[in-house]
Amino acid sequence: MELAFGHPKSLKPIQTKYCPGCGHGVIHRLIAEVIDEMGLQLKSVITNPVGCSIWADLYFDFDSVQPAHGRTPAAATAVKRMLPDHLVICYQGDGDLAAIGTAEIIHAANRGEKFTTIFVNNAIYGMTGGQMAPTTLVGQYATTAPNGRDPIGAGMGYPIKVCELLATLGGTKYLARGSVNNPANVKKTKKYIRTAFEAQMRGEGFTMVEILSQCPTNWKMSPAESVGWLEQNMIPFYPLGEIKNTLPAEKEAQA
Amino acid sequence: MSEDIRLMKGNEAIGEAAVRAGCKAYFGYPITPQNELTAYMAVHMLAKGRTFIQAESEVSAINMVYGAAATGVRAMTSSSSPGVSLKQEGISYLCGADLPAVIVNVARSGPGLGGISPSQGDYFQSTRGGGHGDYYTIVLAPKGVQDAADLTYEAFAITEKYRIPVLILADGLIGQMMEGVVLPQPLDPEGFPRKAWAAGHQEEMKRDPNHVTSIHLVPEELEPTILERFKRYDQVKKELCRFEEVQVEEADLVLVAYGTSARVSLGALQAARKLGLKVGLFRPITLWPFPSDRLSELARKGKRFLAVEMSMGQMVEDVRLAVNGQTPVDFYGRCGGIVPSEEEVLAEIQRILAGQA
Repeated sequence: MELAFGHPKSLKPIQTKYCPGCGHGVIHRLIAEVIDEMGLQLKSVITNPVGCSIWADLYFDFDSVQPAHGRTPAAATAVKRMLPDHLVICYQGDGDLAAIGTAEIIHAANRGEKFTTIFVNNAIYGMTGGQMAPTTLVGQYATTAPNGRDPIGAGMGYPIKVCELLATLGGTKYLARGSVNNPANVKKTKKYIRTAFEAQMRGEGFTMVEILSQCPTNWKMSPAESVGWLEQNMIPFYPLGEIKNTLPAEKEAQA
Repeated sequence: MSEDIRLMKGNEAIGEAAVRAGCKAYFGYPITPQNELTAYMAVHMLAKGRTFIQAESEVSAINMVYGAAATGVRAMTSSSSPGVSLKQEGISYLCGADLPAVIVNVARSGPGLGGISPSQGDYFQSTRGGGHGDYYTIVLAPKGVQDAADLTYEAFAITEKYRIPVLILADGLIGQMMEGVVLPQPLDPEGFPRKAWAAGHQEEMKRDPNHVTSIHLVPEELEPTILERFKRYDQVKKELCRFEEVQVEEADLVLVAYGTSARVSLGALQAARKLGLKVGLFRPITLWPFPSDRLSELARKGKRFLAVEMSMGQMVEDVRLAVNGQTPVDFYGRCGGIVPSEEEVLAEIQRILAGQA
């Protein structure tokens, strides 16, 4: 009998260290499924960030390169330039990408580097224990925003919409925002990842999928509450969908 | 084939040597006095279809080196003192992940922005690790354009052999001056064998996944990786210590100097010899590993030392550690971008030897 649904080959069959309700596990699985479908397991390299997903190299069953905090797009730039026929995935969280690594992501995107960034936005620092992220919502509690993020009074600034920010850059070809808070959004997110990976392998330019994700531990709520909180608070501010798509139409790309 | 001799700036010679060593990827950021090197790499790397990126910062440049090195190719960056300070984070990661890389510092004066004139004030930073953690980089110090080309060319083989980054510590004078240089044989970057430890080509290499990383959160797992690295450091100390000597055996006073200050010291030595003063020169070529054993041996023979530097006295500490109190060690230095003159060094030689008489 044919196996209709199983564990992706590109993901090791082991339990992760991620907290219950965390989105990283689902996102890892989506990436692994797309890689399996494209037959690229032995031709993939992930550059994993500093943050909770520094563990990614334990779970993906292919090569990895682990750079310094925020420098992931710089390292991924060189990995992809040296291995142009490989699928290079630059996996980053919101602290890594939108705070300490802002220069690296903007310039890699602007150069049109041909790797794919998977940007996991959970609006909080996870591994270090719930500090304010660049994407933390106005009013959202963090250990370093004890009264909630206060953009003006406490000078904490506003949450950064990364897709929209990068969309102005000529090197960016595909910027989409998905979410893993419910099955419908998970399915759409997988489609965005597939589109981005295919564009990368055709050498189109910079591609990124931002994924809104839950962090129940640092949001201080249950996994069930966190998917609702994401729906009610994050999605209205961070709209889902293809924010920028200047890829050639599907038929044209296949030709 | 006749020798390939050219008149080149030190910065250009370093670039040409790197291209000929099969450097496949160069990443840089503009800073004086090494700009000719970045521009040279832009022209020649792009012409050969290799990777050249003007990065958005020195921080990005060194992390691009990290990414390229992780795939097993010959990768390089260059900068000058303030820029090399910015690269220290990346150098620490390169060391932690055991990645080979060549980093060129065409040093200028500091601290802070300092000036753009030559200095040897980066000796401590270069030879003591420079970034966070328990590590060293191999440090090679050229004294001129030929030497800069030769050491850069060889640096790629050295860093690959030991999987320890190699730092070329030149200075603004060596980078900017022109001299004749015989260039080494060009190597094809595509001709090197793939590295078993590198990322990429997993299918072709028929192996399990490789993880290039510097993280080991369990102390009992991290310690063995550091101990293994220090075994390699011991091997480097045994195999790589290099120095040049001029008339040390028949000297009472041995000048100890590297790079530009070694050239000045050689002039002072020649002037001193004309006055009948028994002066020699010991020039470390590897600043790390420092050729301590030979200096110690010379001290046992009763020779005293004068360290000459373009700093307030950094290498002199390694001289004192090597000599370990056996004989006196004096110091003469200029700083702030000033190169000491032969006359100044000669006067210091005369003062020391007169005091001894």
